[in-house]
Amino acid sequence: MVLLEVRGLTKTFGGLTAVNDLSFELKKGEIMGIIGPNGAGKTTLFNLITGFYHPAAGSVFFKGESITGLHPHQICKRGLARTFQITQPFANLTVLENVKIGAYSRIPSSKEATQEALRILEAVGLQEKRNDLASALPIGHRKSLELAKALATGPEAILLDEVVAGLNSKEANGMIDHINRIQKQGITILLIEHVMKAIMALSDRIVVIHYGRKIAEGVPEEVSKDTKVIEAYLGEEYILAKNRRA
Amino acid sequence: MSLPGLSLLLQSIVSGILMGGVYSLTAIGLTLIFGVMRIINFAHGSFMMLGMFTTYWLFILLGFDPYLSLLISIPVLFVLGLLVERFLIAQVLNAPEHNQLLLTLGISLFIENLALFLWSPNFRTLDVSYLKKATMVGTVMISFPKVIAFLFAILLTGALSYFLKYTDLGKAIRASSEEKEGALTVGINLKRIYYVAFGIGTACVGAAGTLTATFFYVNPHVGGIFVITAFVVVVLGGMGNIIGALVGGIIIGLAESVAAAFMPGQLKQFVIYFIFILVLLFKPEGLFGRSREE
Amino acid sequence: MTKIIVTIAVGVFLLILPRFMGGYFLHLITMIFFFTYLGTAWNILGGYAGQFSFGHAAFFGVGAFTSTLLQIHLGVNPWIGMFLGGIVGLLLGLFIGSLTFRYGLRGPYFALAMLAVAEMLRLLAVEWMAVKYPLGITIPLKGDSLLAFQFTTKMPYYYITFAMMVISLYITRTIESRRMGSYFKAIRENENAADALGVNVFKYKLIAMAISAFLTATGGTFYAQYYLTIEEESSFGTSVSIEVLLGPIIGGAGTVFGPMVGAAILEFLSEGTRNFLGGYSGVHLMVYGAILVVVIIFLPNGILGGLQAAFRKLSKVW
Repeated sequence: MVLLEVRGLTKTFGGLTAVNDLSFELKKGEIMGIIGPNGAGKTTLFNLITGFYHPAAGSVFFKGESITGLHPHQICKRGLARTFQITQPFANLTVLENVKIGAYSRIPSSKEATQEALRILEAVGLQEKRNDLASALPIGHRKSLELAKALATGPEAILLDEVVAGLNSKEANGMIDHINRIQKQGITILLIEHVMKAIMALSDRIVVIHYGRKIAEGVPEEVSKDTKVIEAYLGEEYILAKNRRA
Repeated sequence: MSLPGLSLLLQSIVSGILMGGVYSLTAIGLTLIFGVMRIINFAHGSFMMLGMFTTYWLFILLGFDPYLSLLISIPVLFVLGLLVERFLIAQVLNAPEHNQLLLTLGISLFIENLALFLWSPNFRTLDVSYLKKATMVGTVMISFPKVIAFLFAILLTGALSYFLKYTDLGKAIRASSEEKEGALTVGINLKRIYYVAFGIGTACVGAAGTLTATFFYVNPHVGGIFVITAFVVVVLGGMGNIIGALVGGIIIGLAESVAAAFMPGQLKQFVIYFIFILVLLFKPEGLFGRSREE
Repeated sequence: MTKIIVTIAVGVFLLILPRFMGGYFLHLITMIFFFTYLGTAWNILGGYAGQFSFGHAAFFGVGAFTSTLLQIHLGVNPWIGMFLGGIVGLLLGLFIGSLTFRYGLRGPYFALAMLAVAEMLRLLAVEWMAVKYPLGITIPLKGDSLLAFQFTTKMPYYYITFAMMVISLYITRTIESRRMGSYFKAIRENENAADALGVNVFKYKLIAMAISAFLTATGGTFYAQYYLTIEEESSFGTSVSIEVLLGPIIGGAGTVFGPMVGAAILEFLSEGTRNFLGGYSGVHLMVYGAILVVVIIFLPNGILGGLQAAFRKLSKVW
């Protein structure tokens, strides 16, 4: 079943086309990775899907209904959550209060929202820090908090924007475990990542974006061998050099 | 409302343009400060008031010619601005924007009411004979001090633009406002740039004060009257844009003057506030600014 | 539990206090209660939702003029007039909010836009009153009457502001402990993050504005009934807007008791300067300005905010 569908999505900023006629489908229960060189338009894609930007053309469908042009909070209420590449904590609120905001999107009662927030914090391993101010957290915990906030909204699908980047080896492995556990709970995941090991290990399928266009799509194995992909990352020179040596 | 005759309208237009030059003068320093440091200086009007009082006291106590007092008011206000930035404003450059605004509000409250305490709320004027001159051009009366102020506004705009474009210090200031990180990388002392730029800003408005004192009353509350208009001019012209401040000032001066011909009493100011809100809502980058993306 | 006992004890103390005080002190404390009320109203929009308004005099004046004019021209009871004034203030707030929030005015731009609105209303009042009420509007004396919201002694006013203050504090406390308060704070801290988590930012900003405007406007009615005269400067003037926000900023924006701490400090300072520096009105503002500068630099979250931070550091050490 297709949970999220992106059709012909296009976005321009001034003269620059950041996302160009992009289309793909995200199936329920899968983990799909989005990769591509820096500036390829990946975060812009997330902003388009979650309503922070309006597309110049194209549409986005979630659970069969169009969400193009809706506000971010409306999209969140429908069950699509996201994290931000540069973490966006509520700096002067405690970790618990941060996650509670997410919980409140489904749970109006303060007591119950607190319960839910504590449950999520337990799951991501932040329960000890629950009364610390979000601004005091180191990067690893900030990424976990970012994830926790989004999870608290009880989403059916979650968009993760570089949640592994910047983490040390141990933290990164921990995050990969979290993500796998989230999938097991039935949440569909779309993730942007630069850390190759993570995205190759996690993704069921991968979409490769370059200059705003989709240049490849498939299982990790196929994509990693695709010449267009290698060319995009390493440049034409590499391909030519490789072919000359062969 | 009554419809004005043609000659009244003509007079309004001329007076409006001249007064507009004065508004530009008050706004130039403000827009420079914002352009460099992204600070909205609520205390701007207080510095103008200090410039006015400097000129006033120099005249009363030492018989200084008001235009000559520019030689004193400009450096004095420069140093004052420099000190205020160095010791007060610098502390909140990384604080949330509303705290920066509150700090400058506090400074303006302090300065304005200190002046009130020292010099009483009495209205004072510079009683200089040649300042009262005015010439008639056709049916239009043109006031001498206002013309001088207008010319000075143009001169200052030109001088400041030249300074920013062609001198080393000016280029450093521009670099710092456009690209903080880059400026640091090439070894620009950002702290120094900030207090120098702020000082230049207050010096400009100090000069504006001196020139305004030649035809307007002097009083501790005077700053408050001009600061809002200065804000409107800055927003209209585009924050950080010197030429924009000149054009914006003239537009506001014209709008106010023509409105005064049609509307009773104080309502001409209403028009200025109305323009302010319209610009803030619909074109916050001003006439000459770059528009926001998304 | 201790919090509740202390609060009740303080409350009872404040209720008995007037028995032992002369008119001067009654006035002083009444003003503290009154500015706590206004500061608390401002705090809901400013301290909690993070939208700093420099023009709350707009609501204050609208409340004062609405109830007073209804009373003088249509004989409307001032208590009802107070409520109606509050509604007018609320509607004005919604109107301003729907424009400013819709077009994304934030931070200093919002603050200045509010200032502009207050000034526009003041100018309209100046023009209108110059013709009809050149000496200000006076409310006819009716002696001591709770119904007419007028008294010849200070004590009844004391109790009324006390009640208003308690109500406003209770409202703040209630908001803070529920979802609305958390949403306000989220908006203050990071609008985009709040949006992504399902918070309808526009709607909640309007709610904060509506509550803040309503309460502030009712404060205007009290002021009118206390002095039995109103005019443009003391209703719509910038000094009103500034005095309303100084309490919460100095005491601690975004805290329940911050506005109270701030109002108390400012009132004592104001009396102190009047006694030692005498002279012209507004001199106490010089001291206010200095305090504001010091607080912003050294205690950017106000006194209570600073205490909270210190507490936090200390509890880590234990």
